[in-house]
Amino acid sequence: MRRQRFVMGCAPLHQPLPAYRRIMRDDRPRLPSSPGFWRSPLRGPWFTSMLGLVLLVGITVLFVTGLVSYAAYNPGLDPVNDQTPGKGFLGFYLFAWPTNPHWLYRATQGLHVTLGITLIPVLLAKLWSVVPRLFALPPARSLAHALERISLLLLVGGGLFEFTTGVLNVQLDYVFPGSFYPLHFYGAWVFFAAFVAHAVLKVPTALRNARRRRAGQEPGAHAAAGEPLTAAGPGGGDLVSPRPDPPTVSRRGALWFVGGASLLLFATTVGQSIGGALRRTALLAPHGGADPGSGPNGFQINKTAAYAGIDAAETGEEAWRLVVTGRTGTVRLGRADLLRMPLHSSALPIACVEGWSTADQWWRGVRLRDLAALVGHDGDPPDVFVESLQRHGAFRRAALRANQVADPRSLLALYVNGEELSPDHGYPARIIVPAAPGVLNTKWVARLTFGDL
Amino acid sequence: MRPRPPLGNPFQILLLACSFALAGYAGVRLFADDWTAVALWLVGAALLHDLVLLPLYSLADRALVRGLGAARRREWTMYVRVPAALSGLLLLVWFPLISGMVDRRYRTATGLSADGYPARWLLITAVLFGGSALLLAVRLRRATKRRPPAVH
Repeated sequence: MRRQRFVMGCAPLHQPLPAYRRIMRDDRPRLPSSPGFWRSPLRGPWFTSMLGLVLLVGITVLFVTGLVSYAAYNPGLDPVNDQTPGKGFLGFYLFAWPTNPHWLYRATQGLHVTLGITLIPVLLAKLWSVVPRLFALPPARSLAHALERISLLLLVGGGLFEFTTGVLNVQLDYVFPGSFYPLHFYGAWVFFAAFVAHAVLKVPTALRNARRRRAGQEPGAHAAAGEPLTAAGPGGGDLVSPRPDPPTVSRRGALWFVGGASLLLFATTVGQSIGGALRRTALLAPHGGADPGSGPNGFQINKTAAYAGIDAAETGEEAWRLVVTGRTGTVRLGRADLLRMPLHSSALPIACVEGWSTADQWWRGVRLRDLAALVGHDGDPPDVFVESLQRHGAFRRAALRANQVADPRSLLALYVNGEELSPDHGYPARIIVPAAPGVLNTKWVARLTFGDL
Repeated sequence: MRPRPPLGNPFQILLLACSFALAGYAGVRLFADDWTAVALWLVGAALLHDLVLLPLYSLADRALVRGLGAARRREWTMYVRVPAALSGLLLLVWFPLISGMVDRRYRTATGLSADGYPARWLLITAVLFGGSALLLAVRLRRATKRRPPAVH
């Protein structure tokens, strides 16, 4: 009795199979292709179905927020914004990215990355719960079954590929074969194609299994208790071990375990997307912990001036000139010239594709639409092509759409939080646009070319 | 004449054909640059997980259960399994930062230091195991107290 008390939760009792069934089944335990090889009493249709339903919702949100992030770059505006120019109809849904609400990208991308990291335990548990089927024999019972198994390779390989590239990219570990954007974007479509097919085939069963458990008639429990097992039937009874080890935790307890693991990842990550005092709670996230500095310029940095190869000699008062081109020609402005123009303030965040963001910072500078007016675009500002002093890097040049230029909060910022920009935040001048992804807020701006792109 | 292999559900075949068509359309683009490396990553991810990671942690778990069983403490399994799995999971997800393999790039790009990551991970691991041990101790104590006195 005493020992029973320490078993977490209460596990369903699995009676051993009657002898005649044991002889009928191929239970040689040495081969993973035999059902008897798999001993965990946790595997079963209810456990798999619950995890599957969580992933159904979670991965759908990941896919949609991922597509939204792609749209946020305005890839249709200009080739410099588009890391996947060969996308074809995969960009069918693209739209002009709005500037309202100003925290839009902060929210969608924070959700994308934080949810992705939070779902990792669920993904791993789901794969664990169905691994016996990887070894199931015969390899294919019909053409439909053979196709499904090929599709599962795309599902599992594609899913792990997406999660892995995402997790590596936010940690700046660029070991994957190529640029992150095309790999993660096209990989997402390959994965999602397999995911939709899998969902259509499995969701009805998963819902049935989830409901059955509530009514206390789980197919797995029955199968283990002696009811006929289907070979790999749609019900999922084949996942139940025919000779389970005694349980150390109930299925419900195991689900709590997975949920707890997700909660731990969530709790140690989400702070980097909220900022303020909560940033310190993101203990292992790349932009958690302490800020890189203190004071007005102390907030998080995506790429420092040193990393971008910015030479201080180019940004000095004497050397730096902003070249603005438009309908009426080109003007060259020093920092002093800019400071003589009307200065405006806006409170806007920096929100990175890597999921981290800052709280609103108080920027002060010249409105982009005022700069457009200076070169002949009065009243109706067009798109703008922005170039940085940065010599290499994918986003040293960026295009902003007319609606972004026209927004009164869009600035060529010279100050932040009441002080001159630091070199790492883009001194002498940087772009800041509401709701735009971080990399489109070009730092160390050298040239602005207004005109329809 | 050999019997033809069964077709199976025609709806399923149609659905999977559509799925393959879309996956193929995206796949051509995914494989455009360096198809061998991408294929290696895609298939390798599945194989590495299914044939290395999963068997490894399953074996570790089996060893834990057997070990505790041999010590007649099988009911303690979760008190070891939970902190070990959570710690391992954090290590798996944040391995580049914790191991220091991106140290230089991280430091120069973000202006932050990656020095704290291994220490923070170890600290979290210590808290997880410590908390688990504390919980076990409390439950053991409570159980001892609740045990009715021996009846003669």
